[in-house]
Amino acid sequence: MQLASGSLRRIWAVMVKELKQLRRDRGTFSMMIVIPIVQLLLFGYAIDTDPKNMPTAILSQDNSVFSRSLAAGLKNSEYFVIEREAASEEEARLLLQQGKVQFVVTIPQNFGRDVIRGDRPALLIEADATDPTASAGALSALNGIVTQIVREDFRGVLADLKGKPDPFQIQIHRLYNPEGFSRYNIVPGLMGIVLTMTGVMMTAMALTRERERGTMENLLSMPVKPIEVMAGKIIPYVAIGYIQAAIIVIAAKFLFDVPIIGSLFLLSAVLIVFIICNLALGFTMSSAAQNQMQAMQISMAILLPSILLSGYMFPFRGMPVWAQIIGNMLPVTYFMRIVRSILLKGGDFIEIGPHLWPMFIFMALITALAMKLYRKTLD
Amino acid sequence: MSVAGCAIDVQALTKRYNGKTVVDKVSIRVPRGKIYGFLGPNGSGKTTTIRMLCGLITPDFGKGTCLGFDVRTESEKIRRRTGYMTQKFSYWEDLSIEENLKFVADMFGLDNPDERVEETLKRLNLASRRNQLAGKLSGGWKQRLALAACIMHDPELLLLDEPTAGVDPQARREFWDHIHALAAKGLTVLVSTHYMDEAERCHAIIYIAYGRIVTSGTAEEVIAHAGLTTWTVEGRDLSEVRNELQSNPAVSTSALFGNTLHVSGPDAESLRKAMRTYCGKPGYICAEAPTSLEDAFIHFMSRIKEE
Repeated sequence: MQLASGSLRRIWAVMVKELKQLRRDRGTFSMMIVIPIVQLLLFGYAIDTDPKNMPTAILSQDNSVFSRSLAAGLKNSEYFVIEREAASEEEARLLLQQGKVQFVVTIPQNFGRDVIRGDRPALLIEADATDPTASAGALSALNGIVTQIVREDFRGVLADLKGKPDPFQIQIHRLYNPEGFSRYNIVPGLMGIVLTMTGVMMTAMALTRERERGTMENLLSMPVKPIEVMAGKIIPYVAIGYIQAAIIVIAAKFLFDVPIIGSLFLLSAVLIVFIICNLALGFTMSSAAQNQMQAMQISMAILLPSILLSGYMFPFRGMPVWAQIIGNMLPVTYFMRIVRSILLKGGDFIEIGPHLWPMFIFMALITALAMKLYRKTLD
Repeated sequence: MSVAGCAIDVQALTKRYNGKTVVDKVSIRVPRGKIYGFLGPNGSGKTTTIRMLCGLITPDFGKGTCLGFDVRTESEKIRRRTGYMTQKFSYWEDLSIEENLKFVADMFGLDNPDERVEETLKRLNLASRRNQLAGKLSGGWKQRLALAACIMHDPELLLLDEPTAGVDPQARREFWDHIHALAAKGLTVLVSTHYMDEAERCHAIIYIAYGRIVTSGTAEEVIAHAGLTTWTVEGRDLSEVRNELQSNPAVSTSALFGNTLHVSGPDAESLRKAMRTYCGKPGYICAEAPTSLEDAFIHFMSRIKEE
């Protein structure tokens, strides 16, 4: 019991020291508050790209020759890959929610019959439009696909239908971001980038500063455990991470009119995992750096793939496989999907689950590594 | 347990970095309540040895105890009872004197931390600048803060790594008064220094060069161990005289002190012969003199270099 209270006291003392130092270092402190705001304004623009092979689920309530040729036509367009057949509307919707597919194509009942009758039935395409650049290309290609299907498959009796208006209509539902605003996507993404940037850099710098100034040797010569130093140093930055996230959410809501559908409570819970990932990463980076300049450079090396390969700058599904592999190793990739899911789709715990556990694994591994490296600091 | 009454008792400590042996089979024994000077040229392994003693780095070979605790496995217990003053000022420059002391008090888990901080501020006359940031202090004040911080938890052992480098003579003298007062209360001190006058203030000296202990003992013993005879010469153009004497194989070290040239050599008879050239000359006064600690050290160093 006495051991635990002594430990808490040391963690508290490190925390207080860290906060005092932070408060006296005006440059760093204002940087941490200003960075999210500046980035928010700067990155209001998106880069247009045209990703292909988007995972698509098909919900077929009609088993006619048209359904099959429609599926084939979608596939031939190279924009869509039919990965799943959904059995029900609920299942289809869940697939979209979880981000497992980008599109759901629903072929309504009696589709084939209605086409022959000339009733021009509607084909429903639901798109996950949280990242509008990811789905824009595919959606605009749809009309061409329909024309092609008509030309190739409507022979014989059906040839009469050619030349007339298209035999069926296409209804596109852009879910989660109906107007296709790219800022809807940019804002949650920015939360990931800002937290990575400041989290990794600040801890890396705070620790390298101790080494550079020689105070690390002093700290190591005191009876304080690595985990206590780490906890005391990390907690203030966790708090700052929350402030930054709050700034972004507030700006998203009031400056950019981004709808906030999901639970902010759930977001806060996920936030702590992500922030610790970044801080521990900064801790680890710092052991490779001899001075603050190097710490900055190494942080940049983490930051760059986080911006480019996490799905923030370019739609994840439009990236080559090697880039996706790298992206999948970064916690920010998962965090971005989670924030997107919570803020724009109203995702709940079950829906973000697939993206949450990789973050937990990353956190555990990197924290263990950080502590191992800290111990060896002087040796 | 180590030999009772020994604060430091280590044998054959060895540390290598990238294939270079920085500390080579260093054995040190310091009785409790004594002040030991740790001398040696820059890069001779003093800092590395001190860091091994307080468990900051693990020796590659060798074993031993500090305050009865194993330097390899019980470094936390050693650190709790040891005050370590680093060579470079290592307190937080963006914290005030008081904040630094408070932080240390918390790290060591002291009871009544506020009282202890007050007491320490008073003891080392730091109270008048308690709110000043450590980074804004001059060398002497920084050194006093560092000493205050490393004795606040009442350690049994003080490891001081060049504590007085760059500090003015008065502050140095005060510093040594503190050290002697602490030793009188039973504290053991190992202090590394480059100053000869400080070496002479210690109960005993350990001289290290190129990672190995060359000699140890009281100042008199170290001088005797060097086995030198020393002469002084006074007169004109002592620089030239020095150059000439330096080329004589009987002379091992020589140094100018104002108007006096000190010349030392290992063999009394051949040195006397070498000196005879000058002693007869008009305008020169030669005399035999006691060998100083510095002469002895320079002699040791040059001898090792030759090896």
